[in-house]
Amino acid sequence: MSKGRFGIHGGQYMPETLMNAVIELEEAYNFYKNDEGFNAELTELLNEYAGRPSRLYYARRMTQDLSGAKIYLKREDLNHTGAHKINNVLGQALLAKKMGKTRLIAETGAGQHGVATATAAALMDMECVVFMGEEDTRRQALNVYRMRLLGAKVVPVTTGTATLKDAVSEAMREWTSRISDTHYCLGSVMGPHPFPTIVRDFQSVISKEIKQQLQEKEGRLPDAVLACVGGGSNAIGAFYHFIGDKGVRLIGCEAAGRGVDTPETAATIATGRLGIFHGMKSYFCQDEYGQIAPVYSISAGLDYPGIGPEHAYLHDIGRAEYVAVTDEEAVEAFEYMSRLEGIIPAIESAHAVAHARKLAPTMGRDQIIVVNISGRGDKDCASIARYRGEDIAE
Amino acid sequence: MSRVQQAFSGGKAFVAFITCGDPDLETTYKVVRAMEQAGADLIELGIPFSDPTAEGPVIQAANARALKNGVTTDKIFDMVKRLRADGLKVPLVFMTYANVVFSYGTERFLEKAKEVGMDGLILPDVPFEEKEEFAPACRACGLDFISLIAPTSENRIAMIAREAEGFVYCVSSLGVTGVRSEITTDVASLVRLVKEANPAIPCAVGFGISTPEQAAQMASVSDGAIVGSAIVKLLEKHGRDAEGPVREYVARMKAALRGL
Repeated sequence: MSKGRFGIHGGQYMPETLMNAVIELEEAYNFYKNDEGFNAELTELLNEYAGRPSRLYYARRMTQDLSGAKIYLKREDLNHTGAHKINNVLGQALLAKKMGKTRLIAETGAGQHGVATATAAALMDMECVVFMGEEDTRRQALNVYRMRLLGAKVVPVTTGTATLKDAVSEAMREWTSRISDTHYCLGSVMGPHPFPTIVRDFQSVISKEIKQQLQEKEGRLPDAVLACVGGGSNAIGAFYHFIGDKGVRLIGCEAAGRGVDTPETAATIATGRLGIFHGMKSYFCQDEYGQIAPVYSISAGLDYPGIGPEHAYLHDIGRAEYVAVTDEEAVEAFEYMSRLEGIIPAIESAHAVAHARKLAPTMGRDQIIVVNISGRGDKDCASIARYRGEDIAE
Repeated sequence: MSRVQQAFSGGKAFVAFITCGDPDLETTYKVVRAMEQAGADLIELGIPFSDPTAEGPVIQAANARALKNGVTTDKIFDMVKRLRADGLKVPLVFMTYANVVFSYGTERFLEKAKEVGMDGLILPDVPFEEKEEFAPACRACGLDFISLIAPTSENRIAMIAREAEGFVYCVSSLGVTGVRSEITTDVASLVRLVKEANPAIPCAVGFGISTPEQAAQMASVSDGAIVGSAIVKLLEKHGRDAEGPVREYVARMKAALRGL
């Protein structure tokens, strides 16, 4: 079995042209992850630039309203650029810089990873090109403008379904054509080894903080940690330091779109099967001949036909649970949290909030749920308004 | 010597690629026969994939057209079976993506491929590190699992060449498949490294070749030239009437390699 496996999942299913690039990346990462100077620099950036640690906020009104488990919100939405994506990007951009790269390329779905990459590129004086499905450039026009404002070039991708998977494919194609000065700043715990490990490590700061913060506030571990899952970077970040704590339920919330019994879904664990795509073995939504399915979710960030290999493994061994949340449930949760807590979550994160609404009432008042609010929802206001039949100018 | 390797025994080989089912399998059937008659020494049959990450715009579009028209792996097997039954002799290899084979069931796919008359398999998203998943199963069925090298392979070339079967597919340039006005890579030294590690293995060059001059140039430093996008473009342009133009094109390309 090749490197970078999580059980049977993961691996390096990449064109030969990129193999030395991923090997070089792995070697650089293995060196710098233990390098004191690198870690000091990254911590400084995370704290002073991105605003870490992010808050662990006790959601009093939601807790009262749901009258069950105590709900804490991990406020990744308060990070600079408004999502957890910056944790990974600052790490990768710094690593790329150390490797002598001068140019970052990235894919983006909702635009949050693209914005974060454009931000890091501006900060570190690097060139930046972001690939984004044309459909998503329409859904997330504000983020397209933000990326351009930050100095990045945004390339609309028109192939396939013109969404996140096509943006990943196009970023991979671009990387094969220009490698020597370019780092592919992959935004999720997916793709070929070493990306799932690198991205997980950079995002694991989320669960490290949750553990400390909850210890300070409650003197104990949570009973459940909830996070939305597309590729799964915020979820693996929120789960990672709890994987060894068997009493903590880890629950990933997938996008069911219009329902897992319809073709318009992006719930990979619920509807996918084992496959090989985008550099990894994992679960994918696909037809009987292995053609990747054109998935759908209201959330551009979860609109992906696969899931990171470590999630596939956590599912296989039963350590994490994966549930499907529909568009309608997510939109209701988006509105619910806005009204009750004065916090507008990203529509992606709203999938986790929606499941918390179902789960909390089934648990005791002495129990604790942590919901990872992976991003803020300003970017989604126009599309949610549209979903509710109201056309607002952005 | 395998049938794939034999394709290189009669001088410089012309290797032709076509996406199956673009625009339909009847056309593919006719074009494959025409390519054999025009002198193609080895034919790569592309099984379309929804997300062909190693392809440029031309072959991406062909994949999309074929899938839209309802082609499937099973229908392609049937077409190959018919081609062989109707006397097609040229060695054939499938070129597709790992998921198409894996999802069908790797053993089941390979047994079926052998049964209908295929000779090998190329998976551009399966590098040396992952080939154990496919290569032994190919060997068990008597199919060659073709390895690729790229301009970035450097220190990897010897390792890949030593275990290569059939032929080594030398990727001429960075980037994806597609026509290029010139090829700047020092292909001769890539081929030399292959031969140093494995003198017996043929080495053919692909990616970016469209003109007889380019084919001759690449074949002069290797054992053959592989052409894909330029042929697929003829399919795009002529659709169901592509048989004649492809026959004429392949004959011209093969002529450029004779006597090298």
